[in-house]
Amino acid sequence: MSRLSSRHLLGLEGVPRGDIETIFKTADTFREVLDRTIKKVPTLRGITVVNLFYEPSTRTRISFELAEKRLSADTVSFSPSTSSVRKGESLRDTLQNIEAMKIDMVVVRHTSPGVPYFLTRFSDANIINAGDGSHEHPTQALLDMYTIYKKYGKLDGLRVLLIGDVKHSRVIRSNIWGLKTMGASVALCGPATLLPYEVEQFGCDVYTNLHKALEGVDVVNVMRIQLERQQLGMFPSQREYTKLFGVNKEKLKQLKRNYTIMHPGPINRGVEITSDVADGNKSVILDQVTNGQAVRMAVLYLLRSKDDERGIL
Amino acid sequence: MTSAAQTSARQASGKYDLVIKNGRVIDPVLGFGREAHVFIKDGKIVKVDVDSASVRREMKALDSNQIIDASDKLVVPGLVDIHVHLREPGHENKETVKSGCRAAAAGGFTSICCMPNTTPRIDNQETVKFVQDRAKNADAHVFVVGAVTKGQKGEELAEIGDLVNMGTVAISDDGSYVQNAEVMRRALEYSRMFNIPVMQHAEDRLLSEGGTMNESFESTRLGLRGSPSVAEEIAVLRDIALCRFTGGRVHIQHISTRGAVEAVRQAKKEGVNVTAEATPHHLILTDKEIGKEFNTNLRVNPPLRSEDDREAVIEGLVDGTIDCIASDHAPHSAEEKDCEFDQAPPGMIGLETTLGLVKTYLIDKGYLSWGDALRKMTANPARILKIPVGTLGEGTMADITIIDPEKKWTVKADKFLSRSSNSPFIGRRLTCQVYKTILEGRVVYER
Repeated sequence: MSRLSSRHLLGLEGVPRGDIETIFKTADTFREVLDRTIKKVPTLRGITVVNLFYEPSTRTRISFELAEKRLSADTVSFSPSTSSVRKGESLRDTLQNIEAMKIDMVVVRHTSPGVPYFLTRFSDANIINAGDGSHEHPTQALLDMYTIYKKYGKLDGLRVLLIGDVKHSRVIRSNIWGLKTMGASVALCGPATLLPYEVEQFGCDVYTNLHKALEGVDVVNVMRIQLERQQLGMFPSQREYTKLFGVNKEKLKQLKRNYTIMHPGPINRGVEITSDVADGNKSVILDQVTNGQAVRMAVLYLLRSKDDERGIL
Repeated sequence: MTSAAQTSARQASGKYDLVIKNGRVIDPVLGFGREAHVFIKDGKIVKVDVDSASVRREMKALDSNQIIDASDKLVVPGLVDIHVHLREPGHENKETVKSGCRAAAAGGFTSICCMPNTTPRIDNQETVKFVQDRAKNADAHVFVVGAVTKGQKGEELAEIGDLVNMGTVAISDDGSYVQNAEVMRRALEYSRMFNIPVMQHAEDRLLSEGGTMNESFESTRLGLRGSPSVAEEIAVLRDIALCRFTGGRVHIQHISTRGAVEAVRQAKKEGVNVTAEATPHHLILTDKEIGKEFNTNLRVNPPLRSEDDREAVIEGLVDGTIDCIASDHAPHSAEEKDCEFDQAPPGMIGLETTLGLVKTYLIDKGYLSWGDALRKMTANPARILKIPVGTLGEGTMADITIIDPEKKWTVKADKFLSRSSNSPFIGRRLTCQVYKTILEGRVVYER
């Protein structure tokens, strides 16, 4: 069985196509496990995984925890409010203490970009980035891409539009790297104030007009707009955001083909996407969540199997 | 009589205390650039002589320990660093006046200007006096820069008259920008009475709020909050306008952007009283370094800029727009820097690497001659501050740096004499090292 080229998953920038294909193939196997009556395999029995969540998260944390449990790993979840972080312990000390308890893998979410990389410098565990600030969120992008791949059987040549707060979105960044590696063409759309400086250097088509952005698109991946951004003056009002960038049936009429609607959640219904679109027959939003299980199981298994020889069972 | 006592008796009575022979003497003020011999007595320079025959005669009267053979070495005025953080009082875990002066001596600097962002701030006579007392018998001269405003809050002027009376050579709210244009206007007007410059950390905070690195594709790629170059450019343009209006004198600290360099260039052409400094890190490094491993020693303010900005700062240095090379030596403890990139305090040390970096990356690459480089590290900062150092002229203090110009060395974290080791240049191979540093005729550092 082919392995990944790294023992960590820190981001999708620079991750080779072969690795992503391997993750997809492995995810297919775990996707079948999820349809069984007993959704559990002994793959990571004896392996301890720590979920280190410095930033609030519900669905990503639950998704990782379930994936770990279904692989029979022992898991511990840790978040700042219940830890000694409030006592002023440094990130390094926290992790080194946890690692001294002989753990094998760390899934980390943090508000500061680069934290997963920082952890690799003094930890022997396999590090998985579950979101570092506005930098990357590789497993989310992998599950987005896997969902597209399952529907179309390929990513090559597809055109994917990512709509929303490009400036602050780690999901968009990871999607850009992964999709480009897999041969898709990527379009970005959002208010000019939420397009980061020199964004065109990503090598994507960048739009501030949703109508133009939608031209020739196969997949529309709508991002949650954080309403706090409005208070920071990034756009004048939620009303105007919805008017200019909100996705609704009317705006999607220009798409003729077999298009797909995605959203990484949680959804602000009626803000960035209307309910009829989110729940409509083009939407794969709940498939994304299920596929997230399979993809995260695949990543956990593949990273660990680089260090010891394990079969999936 | 012990032999040491004999020697000191002989020295006290002799014509000279110390002679530095056979070195290549470079003094941008005197215009020297050839082999000569420097004669020192009572901590002052008696003469710089090019006549080797007379030197041989005069040296017969000297003990061997009174003669320094500087063959193959450069003998230059003790270097002047116009921008240093000594951290004392308040942050002695990072640096003290004494340790900072030791680091200065090791880097060839005999005069350093310390910034007032200590705890408490250097915004009153007592704190100036405290720092000056700490600097007594230290390995470098410390010139104190006082705060522009009380508590560096940018609101009310500090007692600048009192500060100057105590020996403060300039004022600055370094670390923060005097954001309020009215306050800056008054600071420029008021400081005119004392003929001191207002040194400005030019950064419009409303534009740079929360920024941890330069705003560019690199910040976009890494998801780190960017601080835009235009925050510096606007700040510099405003201060130039205020200088023009008030006739005051502003010194732009650690200039780092193309727009700011161009603004200073135009203002100088026009005759506005503005000067500027640049740091080795802005002359050598760019924001592309950060994404390699999120090294917190690369977090600095102003941030490392784009390659285009870096080139512009070099151009400004070469054409004279930028007057000084300053280290902006900013020590932070290892614990403070061992953290998330955006949580690390900004700043890097520089006293002990500046000379080697200037030689390796500016002189050896053909941007500056030794004379030009030294002018920006001796005569120019001395002129801006109006302090009587930076030259080997007869009768001046015998502050002298002897340089081994082709000596290769590697920057190592455990070799710094600074209390801190937060340098992004650790591991770099540099050419040029200090051989000896002499402060008022006394060897304060030797390798």
